[in-house]
Amino acid sequence: MRRRHLYVLSALLAGLGLAVFLYKVLVLGFPLQPEKKTQTWRVEVRMQFEAKGGPAKLRLNLPRSGNNLAIIDQNFISPGYGLTMGAGRTNQTAVFAIREAHGPQTVYYRALVHALRFPDESAREPAPDLPPPAMEGAEKVAAEALVRAARELSADPETLAALLLKRLKNSAADDEAALLLGPQPSIVKMINVAADLLRIAGITARPVHGLTLEPERRGAHFITWLELHNGTEWVSIFPSEKRPVLPPNTLRWWNGRLPLAQVSGGTGLSHSVAVSRSYEYALDAALKQGRKLEQKLVEYSLFGLPLQTQSVYRSLVVIPVGILLLVILRNVVGVKTFGTFMPVLIALAFRQTELLWGIVFFVMVVAVGLSVRFYMEQLKLLLVPRLAAVVIVVVLTLAALSILSHKLGFERGLSIGLFPIIILAMTIERMSIVWEERGPVESLQQALGSLVVGAMCFLLMSLAVVEHLAFVFPELLLVLLAMILLLGRYSGYRLTELRRFRELAR
Amino acid sequence: MRGLLAVARKLRERGVMGINERNADFNLVFNERSRYPLVDDKLLTKELATKAGAAVPRLYGVIEIQHQVQSLAAMLADYPDFVIKPARGSQGDGIAVVVGRSRNSYRLADGALMDQAELEFHVSNILSGIFSLGGQTDRAMIEYRVIFDPVFERITYRGVPDIRIIVFLGVPVMAMVRLPTRAAKGKANLHQGAIGSGVDIATGRTLTAVWRDQIVSEHPDTGNPVQGVQIPQWDRLLELAAQSFELTGLGYLGIDIVLDRDLGPLILELNARPGLNIQIANRAGLRARLDAVLAHRARLNSIPERVAFARERFALAS
Repeated sequence: MRRRHLYVLSALLAGLGLAVFLYKVLVLGFPLQPEKKTQTWRVEVRMQFEAKGGPAKLRLNLPRSGNNLAIIDQNFISPGYGLTMGAGRTNQTAVFAIREAHGPQTVYYRALVHALRFPDESAREPAPDLPPPAMEGAEKVAAEALVRAARELSADPETLAALLLKRLKNSAADDEAALLLGPQPSIVKMINVAADLLRIAGITARPVHGLTLEPERRGAHFITWLELHNGTEWVSIFPSEKRPVLPPNTLRWWNGRLPLAQVSGGTGLSHSVAVSRSYEYALDAALKQGRKLEQKLVEYSLFGLPLQTQSVYRSLVVIPVGILLLVILRNVVGVKTFGTFMPVLIALAFRQTELLWGIVFFVMVVAVGLSVRFYMEQLKLLLVPRLAAVVIVVVLTLAALSILSHKLGFERGLSIGLFPIIILAMTIERMSIVWEERGPVESLQQALGSLVVGAMCFLLMSLAVVEHLAFVFPELLLVLLAMILLLGRYSGYRLTELRRFRELAR
Repeated sequence: MRGLLAVARKLRERGVMGINERNADFNLVFNERSRYPLVDDKLLTKELATKAGAAVPRLYGVIEIQHQVQSLAAMLADYPDFVIKPARGSQGDGIAVVVGRSRNSYRLADGALMDQAELEFHVSNILSGIFSLGGQTDRAMIEYRVIFDPVFERITYRGVPDIRIIVFLGVPVMAMVRLPTRAAKGKANLHQGAIGSGVDIATGRTLTAVWRDQIVSEHPDTGNPVQGVQIPQWDRLLELAAQSFELTGLGYLGIDIVLDRDLGPLILELNARPGLNIQIANRAGLRARLDAVLAHRARLNSIPERVAFARERFALAS
């Protein structure tokens, strides 16, 4: 009876999931595979500020087509705000205005960006007249000296700009360049100074800000580079010595020294940017059939969510896949791990660090933590303070590893900030108890088991196909649920038991 | 792959039970969740057993909160030897057996010395729950140290050997003696390296033994044969085991009994998820025996009936 109930329930769940899945694939034409080459991106900027209580106005610079990228659609989500589009002297802007606003305000801007096959003509725009910068006294002398020195060693505006950038980058503590840059110059500051210097040399130049489009990017950052007019067309110079050209798929957003957005009547303006690969075309095809039900289906799917939230769900929907693997490894294979779901958490952490670094960090942090834990054994601390102490040691170890790897030039080391610290501390505590009670072999076995299972979950969860299927067809999770329910009544041997009981099979 | 399938088929034929099977078909079916605390908390078990008139090691005292740790020395003053254990500990973790004192220190069963501060720290650890299932806060119990019956003296390395009997619906289905070894640091726990020796349910004589999933015939430390030892008062042990069903209401459980030199069989603890190594020690599968009990469930009512059934059906010859 219980069995039949389970089978019927599983069959219903799997049937429902598969039916919706097949409908979406066969009738609506949703893509089964992630597109190999990303052609379309969705960019979303979320701006937040605290309104003071009167009229508020937000001016946002908008991206423009160029550099082989075209903005094919854009929209604004700003409940209650009036929107006017305007063109500044060189930038496209949008102005959000409201008569009366209180408390935290959120405004979204979304753009659909498509890669073009042919280069566009925006590089041939005429150069505007930009006045030379107003400099006085020591600054003026220093700037002119720098320009003079660089001009002698260069042939044309491009080489002059490259030379000036190089000079600014390698400025010594108290030379002319340092005077202009000021203390601790950022890249943006350096580019601003370079643009000033070029204008003194009579070349039209400006700082430009843009966004490099990557398949998946939450918390994307704007990059800044230098643009100059060489007499016939605009040339971009990217402040990198290794590759002074713009990274591919860089969306040009705005130029000049003003920030992305400015607010009046509000404070604490902040913005965050998300970029994601777009399935807009597939969805368009579905929408074009124009039937109500299908439209609703798309609207009420994960695609209906804001881009930032979508990114979170991209990570969330693959967790069940990892869990299924974990269930199989634990209940059918019989791998021993610490904690029930710890390996999946480890796998999630690996998503930030990549596999190899994740394993290196895991092993190093646990090793350091474990030795500290053994040392603290002598101090006879009570459990909760002891755990807290281990947490602090873990945080310090992570920080030290990050600094070390950064200094050694491994940027990966910076991405471990979200490595689950508490989980690591608990692992260390469990491991040390098992170590003392059951011996190092058992302890290392379980740690290795957790790590291997975590790595396998990560590898599975990071497959592009898995992520695509889980995100585009979340109904497949019902099929996973059915499988896990069935595994819940699996009463056969575990693989490790075949070894354990092999004497009995003789 | 084919080799594994052959092993699986062979095991199935012999009625060997895996952990999934135990959980799915026995623990989840015959053991009510609400009754687990009765066996997970050894203090509750002790109370129950005492009420039912079954012998248990005498309780000297309980430490429930950190503050009471200060009174530990006073509590222990009258007792030269004792055992401290977590009430909700699992798999023998966190048990400290004090066999005597030398000057200001306590001497443990494995020969190590512990001073007052170390013992208090151990009790604090117990209270904070590091040895308990799921890590809930716990209580530390201090009880009589069993002076074990000399019958196992020749095949034990320190520690206290105990007898584990699996009881299904009140019928003792399989039994083994667990003998501490040097590797187990004197603990009678198979996971920690103790030996388990199968026992003939009909006669109470030991059979072959298992050590770390392997079959052995001698004790690895003493070198004496473990086979053919007659367990004294076997009838009484079977009765105690059969009685544990009414005591707890758990259909499937393991009962751990020690033989005290002076006091006879004492119930040490009950276990709602007894391990499966007992099958290797007995070179027999549990499933067949459990099915036999299920088949005759209707006529197995009184304790004598159940004991008689076990002796008849699960004798060595069968």
